[in-house]
Amino acid sequence: MAKIKIDIEKCKGCGLCILYCPKGHIKQSKSLNKKGAYPVEFIEKDGCSGCSFCAIICPDLCITIYK
Amino acid sequence: MDKIFKKPESIRNAGTHYCPGCGHGIVHRVICEVVDDLAIREKLIGIAPVGCAVIAYDYWDFDVTEAAHGRVPAVATGIKRSLPDRIVFGYQGDGDLGAIGTAEIIHAANRGENITIIFVNNTVYGMTGGQMAPTTILKQKTATTPSGREQKIHGFPLKVCELLSVLPGVVYAERVSIHNPQNVLKAKKAIKKAFENQIKGLGFSIVEVLSPCPTYLGLSPQDAVKWIGGELTKEYPLGIYKGVA
Amino acid sequence: MKKVLMCGNEAIAEAAIIAGCRFYAGYPITPQNEIPAYMSKRMPEAAGGIFIQSESELAAINMVFGSSLTGTRAMTSSSSPGISLKQEGISYLAACELPAVIVNIMRGGPGLGNIGPSQSDYFQAVKGGGHGDYHQIVIAPASVQEIADLTMLSFDLADKYRMPVMILGDGILGQMMEPVEFKAVTKPQIKKDWILDGCKGRKPRIIKSLILNEAALEKFNLKLQKRYKEIKNKEQRCEVLYGDDSEIMLVAYGTSSRICRSVVENMRKKGRSIGMIRPITLWPFPEDAFKKLGKNVKSFLVVEMSCGQMIEDVKLAIDCTRPVYFYGRTGGEIPSEDGIIKAIENY
Repeated sequence: MAKIKIDIEKCKGCGLCILYCPKGHIKQSKSLNKKGAYPVEFIEKDGCSGCSFCAIICPDLCITIYK
Repeated sequence: MDKIFKKPESIRNAGTHYCPGCGHGIVHRVICEVVDDLAIREKLIGIAPVGCAVIAYDYWDFDVTEAAHGRVPAVATGIKRSLPDRIVFGYQGDGDLGAIGTAEIIHAANRGENITIIFVNNTVYGMTGGQMAPTTILKQKTATTPSGREQKIHGFPLKVCELLSVLPGVVYAERVSIHNPQNVLKAKKAIKKAFENQIKGLGFSIVEVLSPCPTYLGLSPQDAVKWIGGELTKEYPLGIYKGVA
Repeated sequence: MKKVLMCGNEAIAEAAIIAGCRFYAGYPITPQNEIPAYMSKRMPEAAGGIFIQSESELAAINMVFGSSLTGTRAMTSSSSPGISLKQEGISYLAACELPAVIVNIMRGGPGLGNIGPSQSDYFQAVKGGGHGDYHQIVIAPASVQEIADLTMLSFDLADKYRMPVMILGDGILGQMMEPVEFKAVTKPQIKKDWILDGCKGRKPRIIKSLILNEAALEKFNLKLQKRYKEIKNKEQRCEVLYGDDSEIMLVAYGTSSRICRSVVENMRKKGRSIGMIRPITLWPFPEDAFKKLGKNVKSFLVVEMSCGQMIEDVKLAIDCTRPVYFYGRTGGEIPSEDGIIKAIENY
């Protein structure tokens, strides 16, 4: 089982992680961060394999992955 | 739980000034991952271009200099010849390398300078407001090609890897893309190879990275990477143009 | 060291190597081609010496930029049209506080002009040339011996003030042969604690000229201006001939000053009250020497191989308190003694 941690204040909400998460475990937040962007959120449920696709495609180093 | 993906040591923690979905952040990070893997941070000198990536020195945690527009390969030559045991790399955009600095890149490559060039091709000028780049593809709309790039007026998109690959001084030329995670990993492999070549003293290596500029492609970040994976890679085929992986 | 017979261009190259220059990049252009040719032979003989024939003047000045930021003493040379191409690079050197020596062996202009000797790049050299609020030190030798001595000084000044220094000569000075003695280096080079050589054992360094914040850029520019003021106070150099008892002072540098020297000596033999100020630094302009002149000096005649450029600095140096006349030849033509004497008699 793996888990991702998103730095929501750094996130610009580009959504590339959402596009490439094979499990659909990331979604856009409905509330703005201090930057004025809608950051992404990890949907806390089982099944994250720690494939790291989200972190690999993140242009802003917002994602840390734990396994 | 252990961290299995974290920021490389060679990159600073500050957020970047790049637009949402811009590829520069990915390329910056991948370079730093390679720098960490090869343990070259303490003997590394990077050169930042003119364009959106000029402030790369604020993000990289190693010695970096700026260069005048297009002159990155000349500055790299001066540094590497003076300090041949250091690792020198230039980071250039499509305007810097493919337009204003075409002479410098061709001659640095042709001299076989033992340097590494990371060429970020996003087919458009970001810093100045989305004008045509030498690599803008035909029919692509930009601030200075409002009806789309037309060959009769603006000429053809410039094929940098193809062009440089015929020069005997070039040991390695590969075009990669960062439009999805799998290709980001391939890009990392290519960038690593380009640095390893320099460490071995083999000569000039260049990695061209197709990279998204959603703002000036007029696309969402998600559509921008899809456009690269679809249309752009047809115009600019990925792969090794010179040397071996 | 014993005296040798050498042309000015070769003396520049040899003096540079003696001064510790270990990087040269340049693109051929007449009348300075002896410099790259000499460097191509001598640089590889000097420990760690690098010679590159670059693809252009733009590449050359930026290669010098790269070498300089590693702490290497670096030089490039060219002639007028090529120096125009180097202006952007010189502005960046000034902005990034990088030392470098740039040699301009001037030829006739504007445009491609011709390869005759000229002094028509004075404005470009002393007033900026490139963009922005910057200066470079400009040194004007008048003999092959002075070329050797001042080239060595140029590297020291460039390092001391962390800025570009231009040696401004012309086709005659570059081509003519005179005996020259190269002096041994006595002072060690300044230790540079700002270079990029990899961040081992220290924090990473950045060399840049982009300062987006307006207040920060103003602060940086004022820092440069403070340095320029210090240079104006400390580094003015000139030769004054008969400054105490002359009514007319000729003002000339480089090749023009050699002709003016003959004029002064010959007219003095005939009892005329005439002298000369010969600026050796064109920037900083030797204003103090003008201010120190006695009240006996009634007028100035500026002699240049141009249509009149340095004359503006002479007027500024004396605050237009006395008449300043001009005699010049241009387009590769050289002032003759007779021409200068005629000009003196006519004013």
